[in-house]
Amino acid sequence: MNTPMENIVNPVVNDGRVNRMSIILFSGTVDKLLAASIMATGASAMGLEVDVFLTMWGMMAFRKGAYKELNKVSADFAEYGPMLQQKLSGPGAPNWMENLVQAKEIGDVHVYACGMTLEMFGMSKTDLEDIVDDVVGVAGFVERAKEGKVTLFV
Amino acid sequence: MTLPVDREIDARGSHCPGPLMELIRGSKSLADGQTIAVLSADAGSKKDIPIWVEKAGYKLLAVEEQENGVARFVVQKVARKS
Repeated sequence: MNTPMENIVNPVVNDGRVNRMSIILFSGTVDKLLAASIMATGASAMGLEVDVFLTMWGMMAFRKGAYKELNKVSADFAEYGPMLQQKLSGPGAPNWMENLVQAKEIGDVHVYACGMTLEMFGMSKTDLEDIVDDVVGVAGFVERAKEGKVTLFV
Repeated sequence: MTLPVDREIDARGSHCPGPLMELIRGSKSLADGQTIAVLSADAGSKKDIPIWVEKAGYKLLAVEEQENGVARFVVQKVARKS
């Protein structure tokens, strides 16, 4: 039998962790960027603080202007590429960068770039979109993530 | 029947979580007790909006089902007691 979501009783856990969602954004394809941005937006709407840690291809998607041209879809679902690209273009289409901007507007959302990835690609913070708050190392991110209730790797 | 409200938002062209985001932004500048309605065609809104309204401590006055899976959520702002 199907259980409607509102019928699920949540166990109350109070272990001292803070209401924060930490997202490690590794992927740079639009399908995954969109999913991550929607999770960030939903978390922000529900009052969670959100930390996004950009690394590898996730960080490359935040190069200045890159989001406007990016239309790659995960290779393992390449057959859906053309369909998704069509759905994600044109006015009113879902837009991952816009989602993140909105998430920031309504809540406490931070976007951090991985210092190692920046260095590896010979870039600096000025090469990234202004939505990126700071450049951090993995230890600093993990230190914050361990205090939070939710951590996602996308 | 359509309840009259202080602010009306048409978010039918908006995808998850767009309608909820528009409701959140639209309700920010409302005064205590004022009402807002948001039109959504997004199936997720049927769960998301009531959950958010409860969390925010606002009142969900009505969910009016319309044609083509569109719903109109009527919400009253209740100021938080601090």
